[in-house]
This record gives sequence, structure tokens and C-alpha cells, in this order.
Amino acid sequence: MHEASLAGGILKLVEDAARREGFRRVAALRLEAGQLAGVEVRALRFALEAIAPDTCLQGADIAIDEPEGQAWCLPCSATVALSQRGDACPLCGSHQLQPTGGTELRVVDMLVEDD
Amino acid sequence: MCVVCGCADSGKGAGVAGQAEPHSHGHDHGHVHEHVHVDPRHGDLHFGGGAARVSVPGMSQARTIKLEADILGENKRIAEQNRRHFESHGVTALNLLSSPGSGKTTLLCATIEALKLRAPALATCVIEGDQQTSFDAERIRATGAPAIQVNTGKGCHLDAPMVAEAFAHLHQHQHQHDHHGHADARSLLFIENVGNLVCPALWDLGEAAKVVVLSVTEGEDKPLKYPDMFAAAELMLLNKIDLLPYLAFDVQRCIEGARRVNPALEVIQLSATTGEGMGAWLDWLMKRCAPEAGDEQARLRARVAELEAALADARAGLRSPAA
Repeated sequence: MHEASLAGGILKLVEDAARREGFRRVAALRLEAGQLAGVEVRALRFALEAIAPDTCLQGADIAIDEPEGQAWCLPCSATVALSQRGDACPLCGSHQLQPTGGTELRVVDMLVEDD
Repeated sequence: MCVVCGCADSGKGAGVAGQAEPHSHGHDHGHVHEHVHVDPRHGDLHFGGGAARVSVPGMSQARTIKLEADILGENKRIAEQNRRHFESHGVTALNLLSSPGSGKTTLLCATIEALKLRAPALATCVIEGDQQTSFDAERIRATGAPAIQVNTGKGCHLDAPMVAEAFAHLHQHQHQHDHHGHADARSLLFIENVGNLVCPALWDLGEAAKVVVLSVTEGEDKPLKYPDMFAAAELMLLNKIDLLPYLAFDVQRCIEGARRVNPALEVIQLSATTGEGMGAWLDWLMKRCAPEAGDEQARLRARVAELEAALADARAGLRSPAA
């Protein structure tokens, strides 16, 4: 459900940029929602599509990258892959993991058009 | 048209009865005032009262020029403002999170009553988040502690602007009623978030710590099913332990699951009904409220000393078998 709030936040970022840069329409929007960011990508896409009509995002091609989760394993002293919180270290089986990557939630870039 | 409340661009907030009078208290979040209905009796705040019946954080009618790549950046900025505001007023703010029905409000009432005996000088106040009704704030007020209800409308979590607004009202209210002259002493602010084990994990409110409440009637695997919340929390309160004899709830398995997600998570088992374990919870609160707890450097210095002591112990342990 919070994906609707996030979609609102994204639209605000885009509209602010539109005002600043003076464009009217976004043709393509690229987002990053890391595997460990706590976001359901399908729900986020649905929320963006629901909010887009009558805004500069109408008809925009939305791409959502999902950077892989990474964590620092204390026993291994190494960076390891972590696809979801609660999983064990793939090398040593420990749970002493501190997520270091895949927690990002951001607007990367967009392709804009002027009418 | 504004997509948040359905009102016209003029900012009149069409269809919202009893609009709040715009006011200022030194923060840059003016848009909130246009979407919030303030209950004249207690100052409870009702968000999402517009035609769309939803409040979407980060969106506003008055658009700012600043571009932040971080989608939650605007919320984080206001949360940091809240954090500084709380610190400057000597307020320790705790964000209480759980699924609906874990006993948060009962626990809060019991905590406030216990604190009256344990620390009579410590002022306690509460921000209550729910979708609708002021039932919870009324329960808190019955204990004598000031409370303000924030209704999110259809929103599933509190956000930093809502808390900023609520705190400003609460603070104003307290100043009006403060006859004891200890307005500058340390105080405790409980923020009871909307009952939801998913969404509130993402929204920083400016709190000193997130505390997750899990009751033993809910199932021991919740920390693994809803890991984000347990990863974000500093303390887990395992509530309703008086019911354990009647349930097949494996406490150890629950704690192990929670620590898989968050190895540093502290755990206190308690029952708000019988009072069992409340002492440990009050100890934890008193520690967080101590003036030095607000001093991040002092906290880090203490942590460094702790780790150095552990290292010295470990070294001594390594040397002794060789000797």
C-alpha cells in the first residue's frame, strides 16, 4: 500500500524537475528500487500507472531496476549477496549480516520531451 | 486539480469542513495545513479528509523547486528537522510499530501509569496514529498524559510532516497547560504508528528509536515474514506473555528469527496486563531518557569502550590456553 505514497513522491520529483528544466512530457523514466528497499516493484508500477493520467508522466515508459541486495558478513569479513532479509550468508551460513547494497530507492534519470 | 485531496488549484481545499487556520512555527512544510482537519476540542489531526480521502506524503499543491533523487528524500529532510526539534526540547521520541491488535495502546497506558510511580518528574506525551477515530487518544488522555490523535484517512503509515504538525500542536497545548514550570526538563514522546507491520518501516519520523511490539498471539514466524520492520527496529517487545500457557508459541524460535533479520535487536518479554517484565521495559526507557543518551558522541564513546573491553577479554582468552 505504501507504494502509492512512493509513487506520489516520484511524481513530485518529476514535476519539480519539469518546472525547473521547462519540459512538458516524460517519455521514459528510470527508477531504482533495490531488492532490500522494502518495495514491491509490481505494486509500485501499478501505483505509477494509476497516478500518471493528466500528469507529465502520462504515457511514460517506466523502467524499474532492482539492484541486487548485498551485505557485509562479519564472520567472513566479506561482501556477499543477500536476496532477502533473514537469509543466511551463502559462504558461512551466519546471519551476522549488515546490508550494504540494494537498499536504494531513487529516480535515476528520465527522457523528456517538449511539446 | 490536486490529486491528494481533489481540491482546486486555488488551495482552498474544497470539501473539507473546519479547515485549520494556517499558522507558522518555523518549519517549511506549509502544504500540510491545507489538507488537514483539526479537531477543535483536543487538537486531533485528521489527514486525508479531502475528496480523495487520502494523504500522500511528499506531494503538495505548493510545489517546491528542489529536486532530490532519493524518493523518500523529502520525508527524510523533515524527519531530520523533527529530530533536531526533539533534541532541542529535550524530548526522547520513540516510534512504536506493530500489527493491529498487538496491544500497543494497552501497553502505553500501563507504561504511563508505571512511569508516574517510577519517574514522577518525567513528562510523557503521545501521538496516536490511526486511520480513523480518536478512541486511542482518549484512552491515553484517561491516564492524564497529553495525547493527540493523527488520523491518516486511507493512509497506511505516519510520515514526518504529520508528526511535525502533531508535535507542534501537542507542544502548544502543553505550554498552555504547564503550571509546574518544568517545560524544559527531559520528556518522553511515544509515537504510536498506524497498526501495520509493513509500510511504516520505510518512513523515518525523526524518532530516537523504533520499537516493534509483537504479541505472542500472532505467531512466532512474523519477524521472518515481515523482516523490514524488525530490521529497522532497535527493540522488540514481546507482549502478552501471560497468555503463553494457552498457546503453542515458541519464544526462543521467535527471538532467533528476529535476530536473523537484525542481529543487534534487543528483546524484552512482558505483559502489559499482569505487569510481568514491565521493569525491564521501564529500565530501557529510563536509559534512553538519560541526558547522555541524547548525546550521540557520548553514546559512541561508551560503545567504543564496550568493544575495547570485549576485545581485551577475547585477547586474554586467546593467550590463556597457550600459556
